[in-house]
Amino acid sequence: MMSDMIRDDGRKVNELRPIKIEAGVLERADGSAYLEVGGNKILVAVYGPRESYIRRLLEPNTGVIRCRYNMAPFSVDDRKRPGPDRRSSEISKITADALRPALMLENYPRSMIDIYIEVIEAEGGTRCAGITAASVALVDAGVPMKDIVVGCAAGKVNDEIVLDLSEKEDKEGQADVPIAMMPRTGEITLLQSDGDLTEEEFAKAIDLAMEGCLEVSKLQKEALMKKYSIEQ
Amino acid sequence: MIYVENKDLVIPGQVLADDEYYSGRGTFKENGKVCSSLLGRVSLRNKKIRVIPLKSKYVPKKGDVVIGKINDVRFSMWDVDINSPYSGILPAFEVFGREKKELNKVYDVGDVLFLRVVDVDEIKKAKLGLKGRGMGKFKGGIIVDIAPTKVPRLIGKKGSMINMIKDKTNCKIVVGQNGLVWVKGDEDMEQLTREIIHLIEAEAHTSGLTNKIKNKLYLTIDGELPPEEVEETEEEFVLEKPTLQNFKEELEQEEREAEEKKEKETKPDIGEVIEEYKRKNKSKDGSFSLGDNSNNSFILNNK
Repeated sequence: MMSDMIRDDGRKVNELRPIKIEAGVLERADGSAYLEVGGNKILVAVYGPRESYIRRLLEPNTGVIRCRYNMAPFSVDDRKRPGPDRRSSEISKITADALRPALMLENYPRSMIDIYIEVIEAEGGTRCAGITAASVALVDAGVPMKDIVVGCAAGKVNDEIVLDLSEKEDKEGQADVPIAMMPRTGEITLLQSDGDLTEEEFAKAIDLAMEGCLEVSKLQKEALMKKYSIEQ
Repeated sequence: MIYVENKDLVIPGQVLADDEYYSGRGTFKENGKVCSSLLGRVSLRNKKIRVIPLKSKYVPKKGDVVIGKINDVRFSMWDVDINSPYSGILPAFEVFGREKKELNKVYDVGDVLFLRVVDVDEIKKAKLGLKGRGMGKFKGGIIVDIAPTKVPRLIGKKGSMINMIKDKTNCKIVVGQNGLVWVKGDEDMEQLTREIIHLIEAEAHTSGLTNKIKNKLYLTIDGELPPEEVEETEEEFVLEKPTLQNFKEELEQEEREAEEKKEKETKPDIGEVIEEYKRKNKSKDGSFSLGDNSNNSFILNNK
């Protein structure tokens, strides 16, 4: 049961921000993607599978993925100090973990795939947007995978469960539940929860976020089809 | 039940067919459904479904012929970059047998060679060799890189596509299965050949491509369409092994002929001939120019 409350930015409770996805935007990367969700602008580059130049990371029976999430200093209102920090290290790790179950890296043992996520402009929900864009870039790079992972968040604002929090809602809201999933099987590969939620609210938030994921997943597929079907 | 048609564009995770179909390369089976694991085009034969990827990395396979660039000279082997996640090695004994020579005098860092994959071990390191017709170092020319999956299309059925380009442009062309192509000829023709190769790569899935390329070649070179229409041959997207190309013999024969000609033309005293010969050879050695052509697309990935 959805309430017909209208949010601060004029959206309904189960409405996503406008999304634009583009695949294969970078010339020199093996795969790349550009994504805009509301005020977020994210560019992802994928390199590999390539020879692992870091010996200790190399796995004899499978390939490895490495991920770097980075926010540009000008991406937020107050200048962000450049370089890795606690938050970006965490997001780098959870992004790699969210993508790994979908990848079939057994075909490329002793190799390495690098994913670089650059946030050019941030407006809430960058981790989900980063995962969504990264999986499009991985497909573009020709990495074999079981499914295209997609991320989306739900949260609680003014005692109401809403989809796809904006920056304002994230800051003023009571809870934030970002998830990532494989849309074909419905398996969840990332689940975080921040804030206070009752058990029912939590279940409702996950259901809503999964709905959002399926919606975004359609756009991912459209972007890939668009990029590669007209080239005739 | 099948959900796609031949040559359809599919994306990873897309369900292709139900249980009665076999899962080939680029697909996997899950819960009784055949799904794609790659971004590519469907290739349907009998009841077997494959997905030919649009982009992929070359994985070395025993018996393949590849083009590689010397990365490092070590005590008894060369490290070779073969445009793949796995590097290749060329052991010294593959080149000299039991003899001992200084390695960097034979092939130095930056040389580009035509090689055969002799063996691939369990960690996918490719052992390379020079046994075979036309194997060895390239002198001059440009390198074009394409997706390794498009190599069979570039060669065509029994070499129909590649031979047509060779005939028309008068270029020497060698295709490695790792997606690198060596082209040597007139400078204009080299550039034209590169354009043509990229066109083939972009339109590999369309049918009647050989005729299209033929028309383009005739139009650009002669300014008119080919005289007679050859019947449309629908070409299959099959992984065929490219036949060896004997560019080296041709090269050598050309050199020999040129020398003979010169000798016949002018018969001055022997000293001058030797001087001339030396000068000629010197300039030939220095003519290897990968770096000159900054817009050629020789991008190797693990630097």
